[in-house]
Amino acid sequence: MQLVCPAGSLPALKSALRQGADAVYTGFRDDTNARHFAGLNFTDKQLQSGVDLVRQKGRKIYIAVNTYALPDGWARWRRAVDHAADLGVDALIAADPGVLGYAAKHHPKLNLHLSVQGSATNAAALQYYHEHYGIRRAVLPRVLSLNQVRQVAEASPVPVEVFAFGSLCIMAEGRCHLSSYVTGESPNLSGVCSPASAVRWNQEKDVLSSRLNDVLIDRYEEGEAAGYPTLCKGRFMVNGKRFHALEEPTSLNTLDLIPQLTAIGVTAVKIEGRQRSPAYVEQVTGVWRQALDRYAANPQAYSVESAWMQALDKVSEGSQTTLGAYHRAWQ
Amino acid sequence: MKLTLGPILFYWTRQQIMDFYANVASEPLDVIYIGETVCSKRRALSLDDWLELARDLRSESGAQVVISGLALIEAASELSGLRRLCDNGDIMVEANDMAAVHYLTSKGVEFVGGSSLNLYNALALQQLTEQGMVRWVPPVECSGELIRAVMHQAAEEGFTLPEIEVFAWGHLPLAYSARCFTARAENRPKDDCGFICQEYPDGLPMTSQEDQALFTLNGIQTMSAGVSNLLAEYPRMRDMGIDALRISPASNGTLEIIRTFDQVRRGAQPPLAIDGCNGYWYGEPGMLRVEEAGLC
Repeated sequence: MQLVCPAGSLPALKSALRQGADAVYTGFRDDTNARHFAGLNFTDKQLQSGVDLVRQKGRKIYIAVNTYALPDGWARWRRAVDHAADLGVDALIAADPGVLGYAAKHHPKLNLHLSVQGSATNAAALQYYHEHYGIRRAVLPRVLSLNQVRQVAEASPVPVEVFAFGSLCIMAEGRCHLSSYVTGESPNLSGVCSPASAVRWNQEKDVLSSRLNDVLIDRYEEGEAAGYPTLCKGRFMVNGKRFHALEEPTSLNTLDLIPQLTAIGVTAVKIEGRQRSPAYVEQVTGVWRQALDRYAANPQAYSVESAWMQALDKVSEGSQTTLGAYHRAWQ
Repeated sequence: MKLTLGPILFYWTRQQIMDFYANVASEPLDVIYIGETVCSKRRALSLDDWLELARDLRSESGAQVVISGLALIEAASELSGLRRLCDNGDIMVEANDMAAVHYLTSKGVEFVGGSSLNLYNALALQQLTEQGMVRWVPPVECSGELIRAVMHQAAEEGFTLPEIEVFAWGHLPLAYSARCFTARAENRPKDDCGFICQEYPDGLPMTSQEDQALFTLNGIQTMSAGVSNLLAEYPRMRDMGIDALRISPASNGTLEIIRTFDQVRRGAQPPLAIDGCNGYWYGEPGMLRVEEAGLC
């Protein structure tokens, strides 16, 4: 399985390459990609350096143009696709049928990967993107169980890539408007979820509260770990009870599943986190490289080392990790 | 302008569903969408029951009847159910997942593109329109300006747009998950949910710790807490060329809502202000009512 790692900046890209990423993925510095955060992503010049470094090391680079094109901003998406093709990247990661159609028509040699934002959770949807745009790979949303990943992979016309580590969306990616409902900005249209500009922290006596566009997301007593106020990970009230009504603040970690994912025929595992620091990329890429190499060398003897888990727990959201939807037995 | 009734998004009993459609059949509706779009475990009606209801409703109401498919298709069994729905050969289908688009375009039949398809610009619409999409329900987060820009973009590129149907009244469907939040709130595992969502015919309210209404839990779907209400925008929507307005069923009062919308389209004065939220239409956070927020 190929290890695909996030490169939100040139230092992060270097960390990923140093630690053994087979491929890195990145985006342009505008709303054409789903990590449109201040200070993140590449200028044209930085991107050229990034591509050169990747080439020297013989690895791959993918560019995400994976938001949905605004009708009055189409020129930005067109430019992003053209630029990615000019740079000769190994794949364009896209979701919008408009973007995919444009790329397929004007840059037939450019490999297309269906972004997780395309929200394709089944083989028939993948068939559509394959027939109409010739996608070569699809990234599956994090809502599928392992058994469902197997079913999709078996019937899919293209190889599938799955998320292996990082932040966990409890909602099907591309099918979630919670962020725009509260802040006006969404992953699909703005490339952000629960944007930092809408976040406000307030310490009152012993209670720390986090707000998103003035909506209270959570309150923390002293000693409680406070997480970034992503809407789906707050504590809310339902039927008079206060709890994580949608999802606990946990991260995905699937080191345990390397044998199963390999057996299913998953072509690549993806590390989430273009918005994270180069130190995060360094740490996570290093652990996953070791784990994948260990498994490849001797599949029967593979087991997850506690040192790997400790290293990953340190950089995990909420300092807790989970197998996410992959482990569920039910549909 | 057409007035449409969206599919029932909540889980009602068979009797509630049958009574509801018996009541709306004589209402001034141009299109009635039926079918289960949220959860494949909800089986108050089988696919054959829905199709029979569709045919009965078509002859009783005179409206176009469309059957809507599931929005989130994960299991192989859901995929085969969707395929049967798309193969029905008689009733038009509203596609809510690209799997349905695949089946319908492979057969070359006309279809409606539902609001859970990610179609946000004229280039994307053009591709699906060429393949048979005759009506587009924009994602609920789209503003009036975005829809206007789509129309402008289509005109510039020389594309023919499908009909445009705006979600105009009801709790907004905002997100879909593999997890059932209603079962979670009741401490039940999803595979042994006991169809608990049937006890919440208008969804389960979720508030912040400060009692601010935030969302409505409806099984695997998360909806807006507030009802989105665009009745006051009627004149502007008509003038810009919106073709249809969708009312989403609630357990009580749907008939009155249909009649109120109908009166406005027949010339009655629309209200100056509304109850509910309308932020998305104005390009603001969807939860807001812009008049209240001082944004207009």
